[in-house]
Amino acid sequence: MKIHEYQAKALLARHGVPVPRGEVAFNAIEAGDIARRLGGRVVVVKAQIHAGGRGKGGGVKLAKSAEEAEALARAMIGMTLVTHQTGPGGRVVSRVLVEEGLEMTRELYVSIVLDRASGKPVIMASAAGGMDIEEVAAATPEQIARVFIEPGVGFVPYQARQLGFAIGLDGPLVNKAVKLLSALYDAYVATDASLVEINPLVVTAAGDLLALDAKMNFDDNALYRHQEIKDLRDLDEEDHLEIEASKYSLNYIHLDGNIGCMVNGAGLAMATMDIIKLAGGEPANFLDVGGGANAEQIRNAFRILMSDRNVKAVLINIFGGILRCDVLAQGVIGAVKELGVPVPIVIRMEGTNVEEGRRLLNESGMNFTTADSMDEAAARVVQLAG
Amino acid sequence: MAVLIDKNTRLLVQGLTGREGTFHAKQAAAYGTTVVGGVTPGKGGTTHEGWPIFNTVQDAVAQTGANASVLFVPPPFAADAVMEAADAGVGVVVCITEGIPTLDMMRAMTFLKTRPTTRLVGPNCPGVITAGQAKAGIIPGHICREGRVGIVSKSGTLTYEAIHQLTRLGLGQTTCIGIGGDPLIGTTHVDALRLFAADPATEAVVLIGEIGGSAEEEAAAWIQANFKKPVVAFIAGQTAPPGRRMGHAGAIIAGGKGTAAEKMAALTRAGVAVVKSPADMGRAVRDLLT
Repeated sequence: MKIHEYQAKALLARHGVPVPRGEVAFNAIEAGDIARRLGGRVVVVKAQIHAGGRGKGGGVKLAKSAEEAEALARAMIGMTLVTHQTGPGGRVVSRVLVEEGLEMTRELYVSIVLDRASGKPVIMASAAGGMDIEEVAAATPEQIARVFIEPGVGFVPYQARQLGFAIGLDGPLVNKAVKLLSALYDAYVATDASLVEINPLVVTAAGDLLALDAKMNFDDNALYRHQEIKDLRDLDEEDHLEIEASKYSLNYIHLDGNIGCMVNGAGLAMATMDIIKLAGGEPANFLDVGGGANAEQIRNAFRILMSDRNVKAVLINIFGGILRCDVLAQGVIGAVKELGVPVPIVIRMEGTNVEEGRRLLNESGMNFTTADSMDEAAARVVQLAG
Repeated sequence: MAVLIDKNTRLLVQGLTGREGTFHAKQAAAYGTTVVGGVTPGKGGTTHEGWPIFNTVQDAVAQTGANASVLFVPPPFAADAVMEAADAGVGVVVCITEGIPTLDMMRAMTFLKTRPTTRLVGPNCPGVITAGQAKAGIIPGHICREGRVGIVSKSGTLTYEAIHQLTRLGLGQTTCIGIGGDPLIGTTHVDALRLFAADPATEAVVLIGEIGGSAEEEAAAWIQANFKKPVVAFIAGQTAPPGRRMGHAGAIIAGGKGTAAEKMAALTRAGVAVVKSPADMGRAVRDLLT
């Protein structure tokens, strides 16, 4: 799960990470009031969307007065912000963060993420902050310092000092870095985060170290023990079909093609997309109905699939292990009867009770195309989608 | 011969009294597996479907001689149950549970390093089946046939697909290992390949991977240096949109690794027969074995 910058900063601040003073505004008047409370001097107005690259897209602006902050917020709230991470459709801005402007002397980078290969959290830091870190990693990997955390021991101060010196800090700034990095790691563990990223981490003219930006993602599997984080979810930032699917424990990802897919199991669902592409088609979605899908889930899956107007044909690919093919067939027949699916449906199923399932489909009197193998099914559905 | 589980396996089911646990314990027994009992804290001393239930894994092992365990334990308690099994000295621990928090798993994996005689398979996996001998998990037994090919896979239903293709072609399977799709797993592709290398009955291996992480690249390097048997690989997610599953900073660590294309290229360089279509896994094995 993702949250907004202002929410991440509030969370981090509670764990002792220094952040600039600021508040979120949902309209221009609020933005002006916040700017006044911050002292009426220079403030920064930052569009809050779940995507990076906001500055380049015109979503981060300086205001020299409260009036100017109000005017900027008026222009920003409601605008569609397009960045390299939003896709061409962009995102509508519904809230802005109004923050004190700071004079800074250096921009650094720090992040914490799980390193899958070692099974340990890794803290990465770089003196090249404020830039696209993937570009830094590609062009000058030596500019990124890493320390790995022993899960049974935790983050220890020498590791923080190592990182601090590696990114060119010295004197009292190193001690500040040790405190900040330790607080950051505490927040990562305490919230079951999957990513904490501060880019940039800044050194101010006054000699302070602050998180000027903040990004946090969380482990969905751990949200059950963090109601306070679940409450931060912003549904406006998510695809409405994906939200609808999640209500029925369906794993759906919307794509741009015209062949709807319904599959059990994530690996087979990905493989089904792959084989559609190999056959010359384009998948309209990824949809995993899970290992034990029931008739209601299949009906909802169809409803969600068909609300994508681009879908010209549907491929159902099920390997019945626990999910019996006859149960699946009944579910599909019921859903198609009820919803009146207006596009061709190709069904390929295999596994438990497959003969009974095929018989039900063939005798349903409905216009299903059945296929014996995945490649045959893919070829047929691509042909039918036109 | 086979790997991980066989006729001598004495299987314990952690979470036997739950709906899933009961269903799959019966399925395992029907397949011929020796299921010796279950563990459900608080229900020790009772019986369930004829099996004795124990409060702790330690009690269960002491009284039944269990040497393997399969877990159908809800996500908040699963990492704990894995550690309990390891501490009781169970040799093979198969964790089916999906949705375990990463930090819980990280602690469990750290603990497992202190219990080197225990091998964890999973979590978030369909488990292990040795064709004609035993199963620990949810892989449907009736699609398997005793045969010549080992399978190691990150995905459940794609494993069934591979099994089905091999059965249809008359090649059959030795042991099929679902290693799971979580970021942290007990048995990796390389671990499974090591097991298959030492198993004379396994003549070839189907390796199924998917996008994310670098386990397939590590498998490619290991195969090139050590593995003499033919390998067929399929990587799911060749058309998956980038960035949907991996965080921004995660991509840095991978250092350009994680896409299907890179995994396929690494495996091809290692001499593996990489198939683009999941429909071709069985046929490719047949071509290599004849």
